[in-house]
Amino acid sequence: MNGPHDLGGQHGLGPIAPEKDEPYFHAEWEKRALGITLSCGAFGAWTLDESRHARESLPPPIYLSASYYEIWVRALETLLKRHGFITQAELDTGHMLEKGREPKRVLKAEMAAGVLAKGGPCDRPVDRPPRFAVGQTVRTKNFNPETHTRLPRYARAKVGVVEAVQGSFVFPDDNAHGKGENPQWLYTVVFDAGEVWGEGADPTLTVSIDAWESYLERV
Amino acid sequence: MSEHHHGDGHGHHHDNHFTDMEARVKALETVLTEKGLIDPEAIDAIVETYETKVGPRNGARVVAKAWSDPEFADWLKRDATAAIASLGFAGRQGEHMRAVFNTPDTHNLVVCTLCSCYPWAVLGLPPVWYKAPPYRSRAVIDPRGVLAEFGLELSAEKKIRVWDSTAELRYLVVPERPEGTEGFSEDALAELVTRDSMIGTGLALSREAAR
Repeated sequence: MNGPHDLGGQHGLGPIAPEKDEPYFHAEWEKRALGITLSCGAFGAWTLDESRHARESLPPPIYLSASYYEIWVRALETLLKRHGFITQAELDTGHMLEKGREPKRVLKAEMAAGVLAKGGPCDRPVDRPPRFAVGQTVRTKNFNPETHTRLPRYARAKVGVVEAVQGSFVFPDDNAHGKGENPQWLYTVVFDAGEVWGEGADPTLTVSIDAWESYLERV
Repeated sequence: MSEHHHGDGHGHHHDNHFTDMEARVKALETVLTEKGLIDPEAIDAIVETYETKVGPRNGARVVAKAWSDPEFADWLKRDATAAIASLGFAGRQGEHMRAVFNTPDTHNLVVCTLCSCYPWAVLGLPPVWYKAPPYRSRAVIDPRGVLAEFGLELSAEKKIRVWDSTAELRYLVVPERPEGTEGFSEDALAELVTRDSMIGTGLALSREAAR
C-alpha cells in the first residue's frame, strides 16, 4: 500500500537528531510495549507480515507523529481485536470482560530466552530455478496495490542490476493477507541514484533493495 | 511534519505522550494478563535480554574477529549467518545475516525505509532515530547529508552504497580497520567498533580516539 510508512525520498521530515548515549528505552511503558508485542507474536495467530501491514495501515498523521513503540502498540491492539483475543470494550475499561480466543501458545518466562534465540527464519525452498541471474539487468514493476508490498514507491519502474540471488523466502505480499507463504526467489537489485532520483542525484550513490522475483521484469 | 496528532483527539506534542501511552499500555497489559494471554515475567525476561545480553558489543566482536582473522572474514562474506552464529550470536532479527565490507572506495549505509528492520542479534534494539521518519526518508536520497548530521564527512570521490532492508536479510556493516592497530588483540579492536560504524552512520574509532 502507498502508506505513511513508505518514506524513502520524502522531504521535510526534519533533522535526524541522534542522541548522545541514547538509552534503549525512554519510558517504562516502552519496555512493556516491546515485551507485550513479542509475547503476543508468540501466539502464532498472525505473521510478521500481517503485523507490518497493521502498522503501516495506521492513519498517516498518527503514524508520522508517533514513536515506534506507539506504532507497535496501536497495531497490536488492531491485531488482538481482529483475531478475537480482546475487544475494544476491554481496552476501554482496562479489564477482561469476556473469555476470548485461546492462543496456540502463551509465552512463559522460562520460554522467552529460547524463543528469542531461535527467531523465525523465513527462507523456504522453491521447486523452480531462479528466473534472473547475477549481472542481469531488470526493471522493477510499476504497481500500486492497496495491500501489503515490500517494493517501495521510489524503486518502482526502475532499471537496475541483479547483484545477488539471495535464496528463496516467504512472499510478504501474500502472507500478510492470509494467502499463504508462497515463497519466491529473492534478489538484491542495485540502482544508480540517477535512475532512481534523476536530475541532481548524487553521482557517487547506488541504492539496493531486496526484491522478490515477481517484483521484477526482464528488460 | 505535523507537530500534533489530528486523528486521535488528543493533540499533545509527541514528546509529551508518556502519560497517555502509559495508561494505554497498562490497560493492554492488564487485560492480556487477566486473560492469561501473557506472562508479565516473560516480558521482564525479554526486556532484560535486550538491556543486558543482546546489543552492539555482539556486532563489535564479529567485526574485530573479521579484522583479525582473514579466514573468518572470508566466511563472513560468504555466509554471514553461519559465521556470526559460530560466535554465539543468532536468533530473532538475525536469522538471515549479510555482512557488507567498507573499502577505501566504498562506504556502506543501512536503512529500512519501510519499517524498522535491523540486525537485533548483533546490534540489539535499534536507536530511535533509525526507526524515525527523518532517517528513513533521507538515507536513500541524501546519504551525505545524513552522514553530516552524524559528523561524518566522506571525501567527494568516495562511493556510497545504501542498502534498503526491504526483505528479511539483515545487514551488518564491517567498517575499515583503523590505521595503526596492527598487533591489537581482538578485545582491543572490539573497543574501536561503535554501533554507528556497523550501521554506516559512523566509522570505527581511531586508536587515539579510543583512549
